[in-house]
Amino acid sequence: MSLLVIAISAALVNNVVLSQFLGLCPFLGVSKKINTAAGMGGAVIGVISISSIICSLIYDFILTPLDLTYLNTIVFILVIATLVQFVEMVLKKCMPPLYEALGVYLPLITTNCAVLGIALTNVQNSYNLIESFVSGLGTAIGFTIAIVIIAGIRERIEDNDVPESFKGMPIVLLTAGLMSIAFFGFSGIF
Amino acid sequence: MNKCIERLYNGLIKENPTLVLTLGMCPTLAVTTSAINGIGMGLSSTVVLVLSNLIISLLRKVIPDGVRMPAFIVIVASFVTMVQFLMQGFLPSLYDSLGIYIPLIVVNCIILGRAESYASKNPAIPSVFDGLGMGLGFTAAITILGAVRELIGGGTILSTGSSALVDFSTMGYTPASIFILAPGAFFVLAMCVALMNRIKRKHGMKQAEVPDYIGDDKETALDGAETN
Repeated sequence: MSLLVIAISAALVNNVVLSQFLGLCPFLGVSKKINTAAGMGGAVIGVISISSIICSLIYDFILTPLDLTYLNTIVFILVIATLVQFVEMVLKKCMPPLYEALGVYLPLITTNCAVLGIALTNVQNSYNLIESFVSGLGTAIGFTIAIVIIAGIRERIEDNDVPESFKGMPIVLLTAGLMSIAFFGFSGIF
Repeated sequence: MNKCIERLYNGLIKENPTLVLTLGMCPTLAVTTSAINGIGMGLSSTVVLVLSNLIISLLRKVIPDGVRMPAFIVIVASFVTMVQFLMQGFLPSLYDSLGIYIPLIVVNCIILGRAESYASKNPAIPSVFDGLGMGLGFTAAITILGAVRELIGGGTILSTGSSALVDFSTMGYTPASIFILAPGAFFVLAMCVALMNRIKRKHGMKQAEVPDYIGDDKETALDGAETN
C-alpha cells in the first residue's frame, strides 16, 4: 500500500515537472511534437528506473559503509553519465530498432536534472531499494504524462493567433502554468 | 581589459542566460519564491561558474577531447560540493530553503554550457570574466523574478522569513499566494520573457526562441526510421 502511495504521489501529486521544476529543459526543448515527446518519455522511464536502483545500491553498500556519503553528488552524476553511455551501447548492439527510436534522446538525459534529482531525493527520504525504484518509476511516468500533454497542446497552439510578444517561449510557459494549476487538483487525494 | 568588460556586458545583457538564452530553467523557477532565495542561488551558481571556468580554462590543453564532458562534470561537481558544505556551515537557513537545488547546480546547463562553449577554448582571464558576467546575469534575472513573486504572493519586500524590509500584508494587502506556488513561477517568467520580447522587437532584435533539442532534420530522420 505504501508503495502505491509513493508511486502515485511521485507521478501525480508532486509531479516532477509541474510542481518540483525538475527536468524542465527537455520538457520545453523536446515537446514540439507528440511522437518525439513520447519517445523522450520512454527513454526517461528507462534511465530513471535503472539509475534509481543503481544509485540506491551504491549509496547503501559502498558510500554508507565507507563513510563517504558527502560525496554523493559527485558519485551519482558520474554513475548517471556512465549509465546513459552504457545503455546507449547496449541498445545499439542488442536492440537496434529500440535504439533507432530512442537513440537521439539518450545523450540529452545526462543533463536532465530529474535523474540526479530523484537519486538525491531517494537518499534524503531514506528509501530502501524497492521504494527507490517505485519512486523513480512513478516520477518518470509523471514526466511522460506532462511532456505528452504539453506537446499535444503545443501542436494546437501553432494554428492559433498568439500575440506577437507571447510567441515562442512565453505562451509555452503560460500553458505549463495552467497545467500546473490543473495538477493541484491531485493534491487532495491523500 | 576591453575584452573583460565585453564579456561582462555579454553575460548581463546581450546573452543573459535566463531571459535571452532561456538556460537553467529548473533553479530559475524552483527557488524564486523570494528575492533572498534568488540572490543566494544566483551567487552560489556564480561562484561555481567562475571557479569551474577558471580551472577548465587552465586545464583546456591537458584534458583529452574524448573524456572532456566527464572531466568537466567532475570539476563542477567538486566545486558544488564545496559550496554546499560552506553554505550548510555558515548560512544554514538559506541552505534549508534552497534544499535539493544546491546539489542540482551540477546539472545547471548554464555552467556546462559555458565550460563547453567558452572556457574550453579561451585563456583563463577572459573565462573568469565570462563566468562572472553569466553568473551575475543569472543572479539579476532570478532576483527580479523572486522579488516580483514575493511582492505579489507574499506582500513583502526582501523578507528573510522573520523580518521584512517592507510588509504590505500588515497594511491591508491580501497576498495572492498562487504566485508563491508552482504556477506563479511559470506566469511571472512568461511575463518577463514577453516583456523582453517586446523591448527587443522595438529595437529590431530577434525574439527569444524555445530551445529545440531535436532539430527538424533529426525529426524527419526519425520519422524515416520509424516507417522503415
